[in-house]
Amino acid sequence: MKNHKLVYLVLAVALLFTLLAPTASAAPNLAVTCDQTYTVTAGDQLSLLADRFLGNVQAYWALMWATNQKNVEDSTYAKITNADLIEVGQKLCVPTKADAEAFLKDFDKNSAASLAKLFPEGAKGQLIVASWWTNGGEFAGLNQMFEMYKQQNPDVEIVNAAVAGGAGTNFKGQLLSQLLGGVAPDVFQLHAGWEADTYNPGTLIVPVDDVYTRNNLESVFPPTLLAMLKFKDHYWGVPVNIHRSNVLWYNKALFQQAGITEPPKSWDEFFAVADKLKAAGIQPVALGGKDGFELQHTFEDILAGSMTAEEYAGLWTGKTSWKSPKVTQALETFKKYLTYANADHDALTWAAATQLLIDGKAAMNIMGDWANGQFIAANFTDYGWAPVPGTDGTFVALSDSFALPAKAPSVANANLWLDLAGSKAAQEAFNKQKGSICARTDCDYSTFNAYLQSAAQDWTTDAIVPSVTHGAAATPSWATKGYADAIVLFATTGDVAAAQNALVQAAIDAGFPQQ
Amino acid sequence: MTTTPQAIGTLGEAAVPKRRWLSRHNWERIVSVIILLPSILALGLFVYTFIGWTAYISLTAWNSAAPDFTFVGLQNYARLFVGGGTDMIRFHYDIRNEVGFLVLFVGGCILVGFLLATLLDRHIRGEGIFRSIFLFPMAISFIVTGVAWRWILTPGDQATGWVGVNLLLTNLGLGALRSGWFTDPTVIYIHPDTGLGAFLNSIGLGVLASPTFGYAVAMTSIVIAAGWQMSGYTMALYLAGIRSIPDELREAARIDGASEWQVYRYVIIPLLRPVTLTVIVILAHIALKIFDLVYSMTGGVSAGFATDVPALNMWKTTFDATRFAQGASIAIILLLLVGVLIIPYLVWQTRTEER
Repeated sequence: MKNHKLVYLVLAVALLFTLLAPTASAAPNLAVTCDQTYTVTAGDQLSLLADRFLGNVQAYWALMWATNQKNVEDSTYAKITNADLIEVGQKLCVPTKADAEAFLKDFDKNSAASLAKLFPEGAKGQLIVASWWTNGGEFAGLNQMFEMYKQQNPDVEIVNAAVAGGAGTNFKGQLLSQLLGGVAPDVFQLHAGWEADTYNPGTLIVPVDDVYTRNNLESVFPPTLLAMLKFKDHYWGVPVNIHRSNVLWYNKALFQQAGITEPPKSWDEFFAVADKLKAAGIQPVALGGKDGFELQHTFEDILAGSMTAEEYAGLWTGKTSWKSPKVTQALETFKKYLTYANADHDALTWAAATQLLIDGKAAMNIMGDWANGQFIAANFTDYGWAPVPGTDGTFVALSDSFALPAKAPSVANANLWLDLAGSKAAQEAFNKQKGSICARTDCDYSTFNAYLQSAAQDWTTDAIVPSVTHGAAATPSWATKGYADAIVLFATTGDVAAAQNALVQAAIDAGFPQQ
Repeated sequence: MTTTPQAIGTLGEAAVPKRRWLSRHNWERIVSVIILLPSILALGLFVYTFIGWTAYISLTAWNSAAPDFTFVGLQNYARLFVGGGTDMIRFHYDIRNEVGFLVLFVGGCILVGFLLATLLDRHIRGEGIFRSIFLFPMAISFIVTGVAWRWILTPGDQATGWVGVNLLLTNLGLGALRSGWFTDPTVIYIHPDTGLGAFLNSIGLGVLASPTFGYAVAMTSIVIAAGWQMSGYTMALYLAGIRSIPDELREAARIDGASEWQVYRYVIIPLLRPVTLTVIVILAHIALKIFDLVYSMTGGVSAGFATDVPALNMWKTTFDATRFAQGASIAIILLLLVGVLIIPYLVWQTRTEER
């Protein structure tokens, strides 16, 4: 009987201990000795302090470096992320003159690798990159960036936390639940624009304005893009590319077979071409739908083609009414378009639909220009392109950017990635593979393929409007539910009046009263 | 001689040895409480607290990324049931699909599972192999099942070429049996123009004669995939049930002149009733919570939400559209649906155990 008691007692005590046991953590051992410590008072500037203690205005980098190193082992020291921003009461570590000089000798403020040294966990540890880039061209592009990052920071282990699914359909929900639960990657893919709203900007993600200032990005991105990127007065991501949503791809061999010489420019021409193809025994349109964005994507392009660029952009800002007869017209066109599409479109992903074009099983496909990346990856060259009928002169744009979660495990590594993402070299390497154009205006397109060269040209001359399906135009609630669900229902019922009512209601729900 | 009750009491107390505070009985009770406490606390916190939290969220106005705890009553629920908006239509379809799936999936599994169990009960050679083969699908994740069956059932098109099962049917010369599978937008329902529809209309139940109270044919594909995965499990449960029925009972029935059919009809099936009930409850709660299978197979969007289910809608609403309160209201409705099924079962089981 006594034995029983003993066993129970041991069990109970062990249980209590497992509940109460503190988690031990080892502090990294870093060798920085402070000559002295200094506490910031009002009016102090890092450069003036550097002058006072080290006799060199430029030595503020050394002050920043030493303090950040010290911060790792003793958190009473400040952590300085921006040399222009120190606060009263922060404790600084002043290194010995010899140490400071040694540090400054091979420090270059324009090199990302040098800047990494300012942050003690800099060139070590992990970089977790979350994206939905898993298919051919986009995956190759991402790998190019990984290679460049590895060259600059050989000791950082890159973790590719990609989740498959076009337009991030699977990725976004998973990421959001992770972020809400306090688990974050270091950087993640974010469509520029309203999609930032998904992550409650300021709470789950933090502004990356610093990256813009540090790399002077405002002068290399076009103003229309900057306007799309700026949300609640801050930048929430560094864009790596620009995609065009409104592209009509066609298989040249099949066009030739049906005796078609020119891609259609208006919807009347489009349906005439489609009939001609049908008569020649060729499937006119390849369409996807399984990923839940392809129908909505097609419809946004038809919408943009049914009205002026300004009117289309106005749909998302309350300036154009969804009750407009032009919306009715767009719905009618979409309904007719669907009758030319493959019957099993709901079972195919966008990539599978593009594959039909590559395999010569269908002649035309409306898809964003990431399809171009798939053509490249499949070594398929016999394709042509044109703006979706009615959208000549309009560029329905979306941009992939990288955002910084508030709980990124390694902010320093993430910043290095963001610096890289904004750089000319990385954007050229990435976009050539991905099949998109640079967000920067100074890219050299001479080695890019013909489509990308033409898109880069259009980007500078066309009217730029945001894509809704890809997060640029509207709140997630409007884009992924109100607008998206109305289109899904419409594609099956074909009830134009009901669909228009639903679209009107969606705009009202999003806070834009309709006349 | 008579003694007063009080006297007996006094006598009794004196007879019992002095109670120690820490008797063995007390000690064990205390220890068992201590050992159970962590799991009770964990369960309370991680299950029931969060159920309560979800219920609370469903009554708030938190329908964007930024939390907003303004109380709005049942507004989120109302949006799902009335008003005629897209949200309402989609949710009505969800419930329609869910009910159709529940009935066909549970019914199909019971039928197939029972049939397989009966056949295996014949003590055929290689029973173990067959049992394993039928049970294996259960070991696979629903995601894998979904992807595989999507490939198998992707219909293809006359012009772009048939795929999967449709290709097989075409090659077998059974082209007439080709189907759109999960992309088939057909909904079977009582058409208001028919006699029955007119009758329902005349007694004020005209609402029943609408696509909302029908069966979406596309759901059949989901039933096939889910049934493929779970009927082996049902078979295992039935086989165990059949094996536990003493042979004497069958023998007795046969001696009484019962045919094999009558043995099943009047002896085995009635004795398997507890197994059937367990099977129904297990499969029905799987059916109600189904998410991963539909997610990987059709994404729910095919053919105008013909394969959408509430769990998928909840996920999309919450994490894609960041409408947390709306998503929470769907979650609570799902919980209630499961509760309607599970609570009577738990009550029944507790009673049986007490007996």
